[in-house]
Amino acid sequence: MLTHLQRLEAESIDILRETVAECEHPVMLYSIGKDSSVMLHLALKAFYPSKPPFPLLHVDTTWKFREMIAFRDATVARLSLDLIVYVNPEGIRERINPFTHGSALHTDIWKTQGLKQALGHHGFDAAFGGARRDEETSRAKERIFSMRSPQHRWDPKLQRPELWRLYNARKNKGESVRVFPLSNWTELDIWQYIDLNDIPVVPLYFARERPVVERDGTLILVDDERMPLAEGEEPQMRRVRFRTLGCYPLTGAIESDATTLPEIIREMLLSRSSERQGRVIDRDGAASMERKKQEGYF
Amino acid sequence: MAQVSECVARDIGQYLEAHSGKGLLRFITCGSVDDGKSTLIGRLLYDSKMLHEDQLAALEADSKRVGTQGGELDFALLVDGLSAEREQGITIDVAYRFFSTGRRKFIVADTPGHEQYTRNMVTGASTADLAVLLVDARKGILTQTRRHSYLVGLVGIRQVVLAVNKLDLVEYSRETFERIEAQYREFAARIGIENVVCIPISALRGDNVLVPSGNTPWYHGPTLMGQLETVEIAGGAQDGAFRMPVQWVNRPNQDFRGFSGRIVGGTIRPGARVRVLPSARDTTVVRIVTADGDLEQAEAGQSVTLTLADEIDVSRGDVLVAADDPAAVADQFRATVVWMSDEHMLPGRPYLMKIGARTVGVTFTELHYRINVNTLEHVAAKTLDLNEIGVCNLGLDRPVAFDPYAKNRDMGGFIVIDRISNNTVGAGMIEFALRRADNIHWQAIDVDKGARAALKGQKSCILWFTGLSGSGKSTIANIVEKKLHAAGRHTYLLDGDNVRHGLNKDLGFTDFDRVENIRRVGEVARLMADAGLVTLVSFISPFRAERRMARGLAQEGEFLEVFVDTPLEVAEARDPKGLYRKARRGEIRNFTGIDSPYEPPESCEIRIDTTALSAEAAADHIIARLREAGLIG
Repeated sequence: MLTHLQRLEAESIDILRETVAECEHPVMLYSIGKDSSVMLHLALKAFYPSKPPFPLLHVDTTWKFREMIAFRDATVARLSLDLIVYVNPEGIRERINPFTHGSALHTDIWKTQGLKQALGHHGFDAAFGGARRDEETSRAKERIFSMRSPQHRWDPKLQRPELWRLYNARKNKGESVRVFPLSNWTELDIWQYIDLNDIPVVPLYFARERPVVERDGTLILVDDERMPLAEGEEPQMRRVRFRTLGCYPLTGAIESDATTLPEIIREMLLSRSSERQGRVIDRDGAASMERKKQEGYF
Repeated sequence: MAQVSECVARDIGQYLEAHSGKGLLRFITCGSVDDGKSTLIGRLLYDSKMLHEDQLAALEADSKRVGTQGGELDFALLVDGLSAEREQGITIDVAYRFFSTGRRKFIVADTPGHEQYTRNMVTGASTADLAVLLVDARKGILTQTRRHSYLVGLVGIRQVVLAVNKLDLVEYSRETFERIEAQYREFAARIGIENVVCIPISALRGDNVLVPSGNTPWYHGPTLMGQLETVEIAGGAQDGAFRMPVQWVNRPNQDFRGFSGRIVGGTIRPGARVRVLPSARDTTVVRIVTADGDLEQAEAGQSVTLTLADEIDVSRGDVLVAADDPAAVADQFRATVVWMSDEHMLPGRPYLMKIGARTVGVTFTELHYRINVNTLEHVAAKTLDLNEIGVCNLGLDRPVAFDPYAKNRDMGGFIVIDRISNNTVGAGMIEFALRRADNIHWQAIDVDKGARAALKGQKSCILWFTGLSGSGKSTIANIVEKKLHAAGRHTYLLDGDNVRHGLNKDLGFTDFDRVENIRRVGEVARLMADAGLVTLVSFISPFRAERRMARGLAQEGEFLEVFVDTPLEVAEARDPKGLYRKARRGEIRNFTGIDSPYEPPESCEIRIDTTALSAEAAADHIIARLREAGLIG
């Protein structure tokens, strides 16, 4: 009998291969986090000894942690993969940032609009994303092969039935499909798989002394000089790490002593809050993720 | 889960080792809106400590705001994800939930109990090993319970847990529980579900969910969680013969050619003899390649890449099978089909079918009967509507490898895809291949189409005129035929109205009958072309799919679609037979353009704009095109 991790791995590889076989121009959304690291590792396995037959796409917001960008570039160089970095020119022109524009507009311009532009610009008809069903209630109902209208909209009421291992990736003109190979993985599965397979992850996941300020009960890392500090506000060195990674002003750190993978897993199992809690964007209002997804967010 | 926390705190290394060796159980929960299904799943998540503080806080807030438990925790809210559903108070789709215990990881498909959602239940059940059926102890076995059981059995789930819920509302009555149990066992035996465990529970209060309840001292069976943790997952696929649909051909360079896929049956080792289906060539497996190194053996469930000893033709969609226990190959089947689209299934219409990694053309050649899922009666039917289940014959446009569904789900399950919308419109389970195709052979005839046409000094072709009633199809086709005839060509004109007086007089104007109408005319046109004639067909033929079917019967280059393009207003103003007036008055139903759609061609060989061209000029234009195409001299 296969263990649950072996079954999950085999299913993900199956999904990756099926997409490549059925779609003309696939791309993998690479967001540099732990889920992306696992998804990339699975892609390396799925097509071995060939290289993954698609490029990686990072939709950058210019507000990611510096260590994420360094990790991204090192990973791509180490594995000699194709990487496309897309930055929404409108965001640059309008200097969109979470401090003056708020998290909702920031996310919409940089991530949702940026992603739609990048997919349209390159004519990708399939995009892999590392989302998991255990992350959030609206994700729990999304298909593994999730169709998008030519406007990139998701309609939860018009989802195709998905039976057995038979994925229907056929599209009409202009439509595209978002494919989620990690749909059935949980946060614990991800960490365990990283541990078992020695998959490199961004060092921000491990605890270290870092300069942070506390805002509304959330610890924000002062990652560069663009972070506006209030009168008399002084970054403090605290021993912190991150459970999820995103834009540094929107991602809360947790105080922690976990410096190894087993310690991270231990902390996660004993913790009393879920991983998305550190994400400011999920709290923008009731059903906010569902709405964002309908508008084309990953 | 308190013991898990202690174990994690004490020795994470040991915990991780134990956890990584766990198995996986996938199950579905079914029951009606009121049976407490969402509450039960919420309870399993809550009691197995899978909820975090922020989720609990959200649950408490939501329970107060929209909860149905008078401010107490409403577990159903954890599960009902989408906002539209929360407002309606029902779960409308399939949602997947995850939790694990010290013994197993679980994936739960939460599927709705509402009558119109058979589709979702079948979807959720297709990947499940076990089903938890909920019944309300106050109501007992309902029609719906029977329906769910039938669907569970249909999809091939052999393990059922009957959770008799809300036992707290019948004073934990042993008599009630035992009556329901006896009733259910009798029914389950009738539909072939052998493994049934009945458990008295209260999802709301937690009785017998995780821990044995003090309220049911008379019950000595497992708790629900106990059953889920220990039930033996039937091996099935591992025990069968080797099967692997080829998903992708892996060719990084000239020296390596591997065949990637997921094994769906049996085991494989290097040196094993395998057969490629449907081509039926045998070869030997050389290596089982994975990124973690070559394997000595691989089993059902694993995704691998195989290299083969011989340079034989293998492509995506072929199936590698054990040479000494191969799968069958056929192009006609009997199958049970669940229809999943708002547009009903039409026998005769061409659809696509995906089985394994292969997509082929398929038509439903015969619908034997529909199954009333409430009474299990067989009902005569001409079509299947959304959520209906029927037993049909299917004809494929080429042979595929398969095993009966009962033997191997992945080798016998298929989805049906609409050619136009590309949506998944049905799912089916193969019962057996039909032998008929093997027994009716084509009679080889020495005088062929080319010879017949040559004798007449022409080439066969089919001119297919399509357009609205009153568009001018028949007028133009008639002039074309007259001109060809005058020029010494051998022709025949099949006219819609005329054919409906004879060959097709048994057909009406429903979608089903329209499809059959076109199928018959397409076949007759093919025979006429085979006789060497220039064949003209003048039929409204409103659906693209059927015109494509007619085109598929003809040889490449022999079929010319003539779209007589007349706007509805113009055709209606002409109204040569007074039919539009009758249709507008409601005296004729299903009239094309009025209450039945006309799908204009997306690409056709000839388009005639009758608002710009007279019938005479249109006919000349068509004849000129025939000359250009080299079909007439």
